Amino acid sequence: MAIEKILGIETEYGIAGGPENDPILASSLVVTAYARLQQYLIKWDFEAEHPEIDARGVRGHLQFAPIVEKTVANTVLTNGARLYVDHAHPEYSAPECRTPLQATLYDVAGEEIMLEAQKAANSSLDENDHITLYKNNSDGKGNSYGTHENFLVSREVPFDDIVRAMVPHFVSRQLLFGAGKVGAETEWGGREPGEFQLSQRSEFFEEIVGLETTMKRPIVNTRDEPHADAERFRRLHVINGDANMSQVATFVKLGSTALLLAALEEFGPTVFPSPPAAPVRAMRAYAQDLSWVHSGLSTVFVEDENGMRVSSWEYQDQLWQLAQHFVDQTGGVAVAEAQEITLIMEQWRELLDGIANNPDVVSDRIDWLAKYRMIIGFQERHDLTPLSPRLGAIALQYHDLRPEKSLAQRAGLIRLCELIEVRNAMHEPPADTRAYFRGECVRRFPENISSANWDSVVFDLEDGALHRVPMMDPTRGTKDLTEKLFDESATAEEFLERLNR
Amino acid sequence: MSEQERIQKQRTERSEATQEAETSTGAKSEKLKADLDELLDEIDSVLEENAEEFVRSYVQKGGE
Repeated sequence: MAIEKILGIETEYGIAGGPENDPILASSLVVTAYARLQQYLIKWDFEAEHPEIDARGVRGHLQFAPIVEKTVANTVLTNGARLYVDHAHPEYSAPECRTPLQATLYDVAGEEIMLEAQKAANSSLDENDHITLYKNNSDGKGNSYGTHENFLVSREVPFDDIVRAMVPHFVSRQLLFGAGKVGAETEWGGREPGEFQLSQRSEFFEEIVGLETTMKRPIVNTRDEPHADAERFRRLHVINGDANMSQVATFVKLGSTALLLAALEEFGPTVFPSPPAAPVRAMRAYAQDLSWVHSGLSTVFVEDENGMRVSSWEYQDQLWQLAQHFVDQTGGVAVAEAQEITLIMEQWRELLDGIANNPDVVSDRIDWLAKYRMIIGFQERHDLTPLSPRLGAIALQYHDLRPEKSLAQRAGLIRLCELIEVRNAMHEPPADTRAYFRGECVRRFPENISSANWDSVVFDLEDGALHRVPMMDPTRGTKDLTEKLFDESATAEEFLERLNR
Repeated sequence: MSEQERIQKQRTERSEATQEAETSTGAKSEKLKADLDELLDEIDSVLEENAEEFVRSYVQKGGE
């Protein structure tokens, strides 16, 4: 049976400028400047970090296992998010959310938080050293950094079933949710310089399944760090997507993926379309399928395991039917309430029909189309060659966060989230997951928190011992369950006392 | 179904769907084109001045 699809997105932002062009230093400045604005800095508790544990049941080979950095700038925000330096990028890991729409809101709140952090850092820097952040996934020169989605999945689903069921979605969804880029960056990118492709990330994937995230990237990542009760839950760590500027794209990307995972829990893997015979090749080939903008008819087909030839559009169409079947059978309650489910299904359908019939009408929701129209339009107007650096500048500046520079903000993209909601989400946690508990602890007792992480908060009451409060179930610690407890406690001591009763 | 037949089928389905949708999306499509024209007017003033240097110097370390 399908379980509640708690979910969220973590994004590593591209970073330019900073003193001595040192991206690690610049990222630290961004994070600590924001922490200073909030007047607290919360350390991360590394107790539960085991990125080397593989969902296939073996520990990863140490030389390929991700390394946990323990000394970098880090804080936890009152909205339940984590803001920190990951490698050489500032990263915003949004709080756990209950629905795709809420997770979209907290992703957008992350853009605003990063923008404020950038401003705060720049206010104490020479103009020559000013820092600029980009919500994108590659530098056009072969370096990629991630936007990772996380979904709570029942431990009862065997990992092999997740791989088999989800690969068709993961290789084809870039048709609707790709952020687009100019040219290729790897030997297998398959694009001439100046040629457009649908996805920033797709060409960087080399394996079907694996533990790594920085090299030999796999379509399905096996990192088995549930940050929750491992007997009951998995956290599916989805690393194959692009960062979206389009809020509708983020929403439907999360919504479609959550519904399909819930459908897998409900029906098992046999109802899913047959995966491509060569998924890595399929993902790259689909990224290069630009036939949509010329004819609305795909010319890129890949063979599935039964020898049938399938386009990315046909996969998405079949997966939409499957999600609709799941909604008909269950109401989709594992993912969201009825109204939101209807919005996911309608928008997903509109994107599919739009791209097949008249791509212009969905260029207000599909990032790669919005960017492509801008680039081609500019090229034609100024009679430029496809290699003009001004076109590359447009592609990069699409992802700039500053209102005065952002091209995405000028692309006429439909906004799903009201400004006032976004402002609130920068500071207030989602009410209906354990993120509420984490965020409220930080808001009310910052000076008594020794450290925090996804599944616990560690209190220091200056009594000689640290007190860890575990939160092993992401669906608990909600406002309903804990608000009264918080309100009745004037101090952290009182709060812990009541908690332990 | 051969690929040719499939494309033919897509084409037929598409033209049926297109006819239905044409009246409602036609107006929207025109508006989007007008918006794009406006945007292209604006891009020049917003675009980073030295595009070549801007694109060249954007180099990132890998992440994740």
